[in-house]
Amino acid sequence: MTSEEAQIVWFTAWVSALSTVVIVPPGLGVAWLLARHRWPGKTLVETLISLPLVMPPVATGLILLKLLGRHGAIGSFLHNTLDFDLVFTWRAVLVSLGVMSFPLLVRSARVAFEEVNPRLEQIARTLGAGNSRVFCTITLPLALRGVIGGTVLAFARALGEFGATIMVAGNIPGKTSTLSLAIFQSVQLGQDAHAFRLLAVSVALAFAAVWCSECLLRHKRAPA
Amino acid sequence: MKMLLKNIVLPLADFTVEADVEIESQVTAVFGPSGAGKTSLLDLVAGLRRARSAFIQLDERVLTDTARGVETPTRRREIGYVPQDLALFPHLSVRGNLLYGCKKDPNPSGLFSFEHVIQTLEIGSLVERGVANLSGGEKQRASLARALLSSPRLLLLDEPLSSLDSKLKQQIIPYLKKIRDEFRLPILYVTHDAGEASALCDEVLVMERGRFVRRGKPAELFGSSEL
Repeated sequence: MTSEEAQIVWFTAWVSALSTVVIVPPGLGVAWLLARHRWPGKTLVETLISLPLVMPPVATGLILLKLLGRHGAIGSFLHNTLDFDLVFTWRAVLVSLGVMSFPLLVRSARVAFEEVNPRLEQIARTLGAGNSRVFCTITLPLALRGVIGGTVLAFARALGEFGATIMVAGNIPGKTSTLSLAIFQSVQLGQDAHAFRLLAVSVALAFAAVWCSECLLRHKRAPA
Repeated sequence: MKMLLKNIVLPLADFTVEADVEIESQVTAVFGPSGAGKTSLLDLVAGLRRARSAFIQLDERVLTDTARGVETPTRRREIGYVPQDLALFPHLSVRGNLLYGCKKDPNPSGLFSFEHVIQTLEIGSLVERGVANLSGGEKQRASLARALLSSPRLLLLDEPLSSLDSKLKQQIIPYLKKIRDEFRLPILYVTHDAGEASALCDEVLVMERGRFVRRGKPAELFGSSEL
C-alpha cells in the first residue's frame, strides 16, 4: 500500500469514527424522545430524520451544499460571522457522513429504547432517581446492545458514504478524499491495482463493522 | 397515618376512576376484580400517572393538588412501590437492586438499615446473585426489601402474591406480616384475593369499575376467610 493510499484509509477511518462520535449524543437524545414521548410534530421529525435513508445521497448532498455553501443559510452565517468555510473541507466530509448515518443510529437506538420495560424506569423513579439517573442506570444499560449495534452500523455507513460527500466536499486528494471517492476516481483513471487495494481495505473495514454489529444483536436476541 | 384521596378523576380507556376517601388504617386493602382501576390508583398515588383532577395528601404533606398545580415528582414522594411484575432491574445483581434507592436510615434504631431489612426478609444469602437466578418467592422478597430500603413513608403493594402458587403464598405472607408489624408503615395493598386481605389488612376498600363501592373491616366484608 502506498503512502497516499494509507493516508486515504486513515482519513476515512478517523473521519467516520469522529462523525459517529459526534452524532451519538444527539442521536440517543432524539431516539429516546421518539421512543418515550408523544409530542406535536413527532411524525414530521421522524420523517425528516429518515429522509437521508431513502433519498438519493447526491440529492442530500446538494441540499447540504446549498445550506452550507457561502451563499447558503448556514454557510453565509458561518462565513460572515466566524470567517469559517465548511464546503470542500474535511469538515464538510464530517457533516455529510454524520447526516447520512444519523438515521441508522436513531432507528436502532429507538427500537432498543422501546424494548426497555417502562415499568423499570418508573420504579427507579419511586426509588428516588431523577431523569438523568434513570437514563444512565436503567434505560441505557438495558438498551446498550441495540445502541452499540446502531452505532457500529452508523460507522459502517459512514465508511462507505459517497454521493453526499462528493457533492459537499468534492474529492480533493490529501484533503477530502475518502475510500469510496478514491476508488471511484481510480476506476475512472484506469488505475485498477490502486482501486482493488482500496477496495480490499474497504471490504475489510465494512465486514468488521457489520460483523461486530451482528454479533451484538445476536447476543441481544439470545435467551437470558 | 392519615391519607386523603379527594376529588380523584382519572379517565381510563373504559371507565373513569373516581375516588373520595380518607384512609387512617395502617394496612388498607384496595380490593376488586382485575381491571377495576386498582393499579391505576396506585400509580396515581406514586406520581406515575396524572389525573384530570386529584388531591392526594399523606399526613401533612400534599403530594398532588391539581387545583393548585401541585405535583410532587415521583422521586421525592418517598413512596415504596412493589408492582405486580416486581420490576427488579435485570442487569443488576440483587445487591445492586437493593442499593439502588437505599438512603441513609432516618430511623435511629436502624429499622431501615440494609442489615435489618435483609435480615427481616431473610435474603442475606441472595445479595450477590443475579435476579434471573432467583425463584419467584426470592424475587418477591428482594423487591419488598428494595422498596423498604428507600425508607418510604408509604408502601404500595400491587397484588404481591398473585403470581405465586398457594404454597409460595403461604411462605411469603409471614414476611408481609413481619413488615407490617416491625416497620409500622402505612400500606396500600391491592388484591383480588379475600384471604390475603383478611390475613394482612385492617380495612378493605372495595373497588368496582373505578369507584369505591363498599368499605369495612375484612371480617365484616368477607366473614372468616383468612389464609
